[in-house]
Amino acid sequence: MDKSIVNNYTANDRSSIIPLLQDIQDKFGYLPEQELQEASIHLGMPLSSIYGIATFYNQFRLTPLGKYVIRVCRGTACHVKGSAGILQALETELGIKAGCTTRDKLFTIETVACIGACSIAPVISVNDEYFGRLTVKEIPKIIKNFRNKSVKENIEIMETIGE
Amino acid sequence: MESFLEILKLDFPPCEFIERCINPEITPSVQNELEEYISLLKYKKHDRPVIFIGMDTSGLASGAAKVRHEIEKELNSLGVDAEIVNTGGIGYGAIEPVVDIKLPGSDRIIYGEITVNDVKELIKTTTVDKQIFTKKVFATYGATNKFVRNIDETEFFRHQLRVVLRNCGRIVPDSIDQYIASGGFLGLSKVLNEMSPENVIKEVLDSGLRGRGGGGFPTGKKWELTAKNPADKRYVICNADEGDPGAFMDRSILEGDPFQVIEGMVIAAYAIGASEGYIYCRAEYPLAIKKLENAILHSKEYGLLGKNILNSGFGFELKIKKGAGAFVCGEETALIASIEGRRGMPEPRPPYPSESGLFGKPTVINNVETFANVPMIIQKGSGWYSSIGTEKSKGTKVFALSGNVKNTGLVEVAMGVTLRDVVFKIGGGIPNGKKFKAVQIGGPSGGCLPEIVMDTPVDYESLKDVGAMMGSGGFVVMDEGTCMVDVAKFFLTFIQNESCGKCVPCREGTKRMLEIVERITQNYENNGNGHDAFQRFKGIIHLKRLAEVIKDTSLCGLGQSAPNPVLSGLKYFREEYEAHIYDRKCEAHVCKELLTYNIDNEICTGCGLCTRKCAVGAIVGEKKQAHYIVQSKCIKCGLCVETCRFNAITTN
Repeated sequence: MDKSIVNNYTANDRSSIIPLLQDIQDKFGYLPEQELQEASIHLGMPLSSIYGIATFYNQFRLTPLGKYVIRVCRGTACHVKGSAGILQALETELGIKAGCTTRDKLFTIETVACIGACSIAPVISVNDEYFGRLTVKEIPKIIKNFRNKSVKENIEIMETIGE
Repeated sequence: MESFLEILKLDFPPCEFIERCINPEITPSVQNELEEYISLLKYKKHDRPVIFIGMDTSGLASGAAKVRHEIEKELNSLGVDAEIVNTGGIGYGAIEPVVDIKLPGSDRIIYGEITVNDVKELIKTTTVDKQIFTKKVFATYGATNKFVRNIDETEFFRHQLRVVLRNCGRIVPDSIDQYIASGGFLGLSKVLNEMSPENVIKEVLDSGLRGRGGGGFPTGKKWELTAKNPADKRYVICNADEGDPGAFMDRSILEGDPFQVIEGMVIAAYAIGASEGYIYCRAEYPLAIKKLENAILHSKEYGLLGKNILNSGFGFELKIKKGAGAFVCGEETALIASIEGRRGMPEPRPPYPSESGLFGKPTVINNVETFANVPMIIQKGSGWYSSIGTEKSKGTKVFALSGNVKNTGLVEVAMGVTLRDVVFKIGGGIPNGKKFKAVQIGGPSGGCLPEIVMDTPVDYESLKDVGAMMGSGGFVVMDEGTCMVDVAKFFLTFIQNESCGKCVPCREGTKRMLEIVERITQNYENNGNGHDAFQRFKGIIHLKRLAEVIKDTSLCGLGQSAPNPVLSGLKYFREEYEAHIYDRKCEAHVCKELLTYNIDNEICTGCGLCTRKCAVGAIVGEKKQAHYIVQSKCIKCGLCVETCRFNAITTN
């Protein structure tokens, strides 16, 4: 599809596979098969090795993300302050497990090793917004806010199309 | 702020700027301009108020961006002309977001816990009324007076010795000029002009600096070995893949003072004769990567990176490689594999990277904090550095103090300070009147240390002796509400997820250990044939032996240190394990499956919320009547406790 990403890298230089995959993921939000095939041809690397790399590193994903990506910090400090409960509350609220996306493609829950904001543990981030010093009781409200936000945005889009 | 090159419109090279920051022996006309510029850089002389906002990741997470936006709005509406600058964090996480305000001719004053609602009052009091905003004032960089104490006299900072963190939160991390004005790149210019590579290595060796990433290998020795191996090309790698949960030192250093890491790397490159280097930074640290990119760009402009650095003929190129989220890539051979574009799996050593590292060439790999120490060692001499610390561990160590402790944040102490001092003097003890239970040092490779070993000094050997490890510097305090079996389970789950799968002891062994520990915290009834109880008992007997086998036979540091959390738990918290196994009790009320849930019928209003939430229909009761829990149905998920608005559900 888009040739420009692979063409930023020297052909047959296998050491650039990770930055290349990072660029693809930055653009698409995940690694589409089509892109991986192109990368495979460009770098002269079997698709199986690329798949091996893509599945080895936590950062890469082969399925698209939801609109809002909820990252739950599972660092030690957050754990001590009860992040397991936060994760469980999110999972029950959205009805999905960590690593999955809701059917309406609105939310994805991910766990991360450490966001690095240990002093305000427990922390989650939703896209670029951080929520620190959380309690389980705040979770439904946060989810509801994002749901409403999305509905509002959709209405706005509809209206602009209508006009 | 404009760069000095643009302001002075002079064409003397940056190297002279660096030296003249210290020895201004230049023609008087230039000298005045230069001095003026330097005092501007150090905020000694300025004509409008300067507002510093700590905008590192943890500051942003606490809302620093919103505060900045609000400050801008407020300044506008008051019509006050002020300069707003973004700094890194001072490391005192508990009081973030931090805003410093410096009025012309007075001291720089630090305000903590500034929320959006405080901004209006803060700005008016400080910039219009020229008063101190006493409600949220924390400290001053000037002298102590009746309103405010000097920063180094406050509880959190008094016992610290800041070498690596000296600039963090004070200077603007994007400004190379500010770094130079505060004595930056002086070490590099000294190395290039006055010292031979051998002398540099000797100086680092004499300083006694040891690797801060956890292993504690003498840095000078590593450089010496690498320099000795004949090669046409050598590499320097900075390990900024800080995956250890609960550690954020490297991130703060990179976000608060990235230039000192670059300076350290160039010095290392000169010492070993490397021409190319990489910084391997976690992709989860986008801000740190941005600061580094900017720092590299400016260093190139100033001729501090690239060909012919400071006209010495020595050249060094530096690139950033983004990690892709694998904890094992903190291990040096795995990190090299990852840079080369392979799966990040460790390889057997020897050959060590000092013989055959990146692309088969001799390579030095050091941690961010190690490199950050180097410029100061060169500048102040190995004698100064080795005078700090204990006999075998020299210098300072940065810890990320977090968990159940009052003052969370970054702490830099001289080696040899006791754990008790860190937790109680700097950390201020345990909040909410709870009792101290343990401190977890060194992340998944370290151990949990109880009250009885709290007088252990912080140094590589002493920590190893008591069953923990320096690790990268995670320092998580736990109070009586933490269950040690649960902590062991947490770390084993982490290791299990992050094990690369190459060697059997780590891949299979940690899985078995996790199963054993999970069984301890499971409910009998759940999978209730007698076989399960027998397995549990057998598991405990094997747990220690299994841990030792994993320790002895794993390929890399990840596996070799993986059993530490369990071993130290068994050593110091044996009773707690026994209470879980024999009495089926979790004193800390953390292991949910070992608890029983009851509804206090005095408090229950019968709102029925818990009944609706309960997934297995274990809660029954009439509307507006007290409800009760059918124990045989209850799966002990704990959801009802979190749902209840009246705290009517009790556990025991």
